[in-house]
Amino acid sequence: MKNTITKTIAKYHKDKTRLMDILIDTQEELGYIPKEAISQIAEDLHMSEVDVEQTISFYHFFSFQPTGKYSIYLNNSVVAVMMGRKEVASTFEQELGIKFGQVTADGLAGLFETSCIGMNDQEPAAIINNMVFTRLTPFRVKEIVRDIKEGKPVVDMFRASFGDGKNASELIRSVVSNNIRKIGPVLDPFYKPGEAIKKIIKMKPEEVIEEIKRSSIRGRGGAGFPTGLKWEFCRKIEADKKYIFCNADEGEPGTFKDRVILTELPRLIMEGMVVAGYAVGATEGILYIRFEYKYLERYLENILQKAREKNYLGKDIGGKKGFNFDIRIQFGAGAYVCGEESALIESAEGKRGEPRDRPPFPVRRGYFDMPTVVNNVETLCSAVKVILNGGEWYKSFGTTESTGTKLLSISGDCRFPGVYEVDWGFSINDMLEMVGAVNSEVQAVQVGGPSGALIGPNEFNRILGYEDLATGGSLIIFGKHRDLLTDVVLNFTEFFIEESCGSCSTCRIVPTILMKKLKKILNARGVAQDIEDMTEWGKILRASRCGLGQTAANPILSSIKNFRHLYEEKVQKNKTFDSGFDLNAAVLESCEATNRIPNI
Amino acid sequence: MNKVVKIDIDGLECIANSDQYIIEAARENGIYIPTLCNYPGVKPKGGCRICTVRVNGKQMTACTTPVSDGMRIENNTEELINLRKSIVELLLVEGNHFCPSCEKSGNCELQALAYRFGIMAPRFPYLFPVRKVDASHPKIIKDQNRCILCKRCIRAITDEKGRSVFAYRRRSSRVEVVVDSKLGKQLTDELAQKAMDVCPVGSILVKEKGFITPIGERKYDKNPIGSDIENITITKR
Ligand SMILES: Cc1cc2nc3c(=O)[nH]c(=O)nc-3n(C[C@H](O)[C@H](O)[C@H](O)COP(=O)(O)O)c2cc1C
Ligand code: SF4
Ligand code: SF4
Repeated sequence: MKNTITKTIAKYHKDKTRLMDILIDTQEELGYIPKEAISQIAEDLHMSEVDVEQTISFYHFFSFQPTGKYSIYLNNSVVAVMMGRKEVASTFEQELGIKFGQVTADGLAGLFETSCIGMNDQEPAAIINNMVFTRLTPFRVKEIVRDIKEGKPVVDMFRASFGDGKNASELIRSVVSNNIRKIGPVLDPFYKPGEAIKKIIKMKPEEVIEEIKRSSIRGRGGAGFPTGLKWEFCRKIEADKKYIFCNADEGEPGTFKDRVILTELPRLIMEGMVVAGYAVGATEGILYIRFEYKYLERYLENILQKAREKNYLGKDIGGKKGFNFDIRIQFGAGAYVCGEESALIESAEGKRGEPRDRPPFPVRRGYFDMPTVVNNVETLCSAVKVILNGGEWYKSFGTTESTGTKLLSISGDCRFPGVYEVDWGFSINDMLEMVGAVNSEVQAVQVGGPSGALIGPNEFNRILGYEDLATGGSLIIFGKHRDLLTDVVLNFTEFFIEESCGSCSTCRIVPTILMKKLKKILNARGVAQDIEDMTEWGKILRASRCGLGQTAANPILSSIKNFRHLYEEKVQKNKTFDSGFDLNAAVLESCEATNRIPNI
Repeated sequence: MNKVVKIDIDGLECIANSDQYIIEAARENGIYIPTLCNYPGVKPKGGCRICTVRVNGKQMTACTTPVSDGMRIENNTEELINLRKSIVELLLVEGNHFCPSCEKSGNCELQALAYRFGIMAPRFPYLFPVRKVDASHPKIIKDQNRCILCKRCIRAITDEKGRSVFAYRRRSSRVEVVVDSKLGKQLTDELAQKAMDVCPVGSILVKEKGFITPIGERKYDKNPIGSDIENITITKR
């Protein structure tokens, strides 16, 4: 074991800032990160062991204990539950004879839960040793467990044909589907790589920025910051080195469009990073990808290599003297908050993904404290199209305030879940029609993931755009038969609790308190005052450092606002106070602790 | 780069240096903004959020936001006082704080803030977490019941090679601050005492020493927290 670890550490030049990669490789090689490895890593990187451990224990996919020869991570997102996760989960437990969080006695298989893995259009889905298994059924689970018991390699466990498009290519070989259902300028399959690079090298960097500004494009990662301005800020700051980050962390439950771009148009992403690099004067790009998409690694590395051979990356790109830019891929290890731009940078520096205090913003002090532009995958792809066709052309799509197109990740109760590229300004009603959802059977739509809003039919005439319903593109449709409070609101709230980095008092504590209130109401112990308390206490979260904490009460607050009757139906009418204390449960607990037999 | 700027705190014009954080500038002007995770001389990390002010209308933490000329800061508004109060209450219900049996009582910043805000009982239900006490290190006791996860010890205490003695473990509501098993054993008396002093609450205690200053004669037994800063006003203005 010592040898393997020594090699891994040497591979990353004993560089403390590459701790993530060292840990990812160690976890992959040994199936966990044992005590001896931690001691050795700490020693070689001149860190204390607790310091190494604080990074390990932050990420969901790192483990101090063996996770089994086959590590199964079953997604527990809202849509997975809607599509039959419960039966799938219990079948896994039965067939393997273990509960979630456990490993079989022989060390063969481990079973774990995980937050949304970006497969909402093909749930229930699980990751087994980095390969994704989609559309699981109890039957399929039995097959998988049989294969596991026979010791089959994971790649030989697929029964279905590979997914569409590049999913079937030699370097991916995955059963994941793209489900591209509507294309536009970004998803245009006739894209020719390298054209934008040829064009920009004849332009001044300032002219590139001007063109982007002319398009009025705003960031597609959720916050909607004007991209041209961001690049201009970064361009204007003098520094020895600058960086471009492409944010492919895609952790907002219900979003999966970046996965589809990574699969079908990776060259477009890379070209976007090169364009951004040229514009701001950066020489290094980092493509930060969530761990859940590790199955794309070989394919993406190969594409980077080919781009270097074609001189789209490397030195004197396109023959332009002094235009140097290269890209490295950084994988995460399971943490939604790492999608927040400063947490993303912290993580890429080998640390816990805790957001930084801003200001200073990354454009001023980012990666290694150098000016850094962080852009979403889709933003960078759109920028390439702006360069190719001009800002004016781009503005011909969408609305005045929201120019261009938007990729939507649509899932839930509809006939055609998948990725749709539409012009901004599209209404929810049109969207429902487009995806084959019957309007009269829809109870609610979650716009923008858990941090967004849950809206009802009276608001379906609203439009998607920064001026009305801003969204990173996640739309989840809930039919009339769904229990919104239990299946959606509680699930989302638990998601935020699990994914908080834990460093702000507000975000670490308030969601738990709100969840307890919500459960109290769901258990028929609530009173009217509990609804008021939740509304009031939810506001405290706005004082949190990052968007995660600031929006963590949104599932509760927006459902109270738009579906208040669901709460009112559940609270007790004849009572104004109920402590929520359950005497029987408490007796059971204390009897268990003292080994007595309860008399209730 | 360092120049004199003017800022406005609750309508009061204040003079500050452009390289100061709001919290420092306020302090020098005799204005107290409550803090917990902030510690003089240690890199700020806006964790407790208690110093939240409104800067030009926007909520920001005073310990991490540098001043700039013409900044309008709201500090003692009803909204912000209520927010700060609720944060103290949140921290009280998150852990297990039994003041009468705590060595830090009277020197504890959390307790002092609760007094300053006149908190009789928290509005939130207690979470009563099951937490451990780690007494395995020769010099210190780490009582997880009282830790408010402010990271002061993490940021302030390193060994001679710059390695952290304390660190976070896990994330979410399961996060805790733990001591390095090796470095914890090598802790010097001075560093152990410094760790205890850095901790705003009674989560880090030096072993075999207790109640040297009797309760009733401790720092906040005499004057409310923040009064030292506010008293400057009188002399300075
Ligand atoms: C909790 C949290 C998670 C986020 N996750 C992502 C993400 O997965 N992808 C992304 O592009 N932006 C994400 N963001 C937004 C980023 O912080 C940042 O605004 C964005 O990457 C900037 O790129 P853009 O200007 O191109 O949108 C997240 C923000 C927060 C607060
Ligand atoms: S708001 Fe939550 S996730 Fe964001 S920095 Fe604070 S604790 Fe971490
Ligand atoms: S031990 Fe004390 S100083 Fe360290 S994080 Fe906990 S409360 Fe803060």
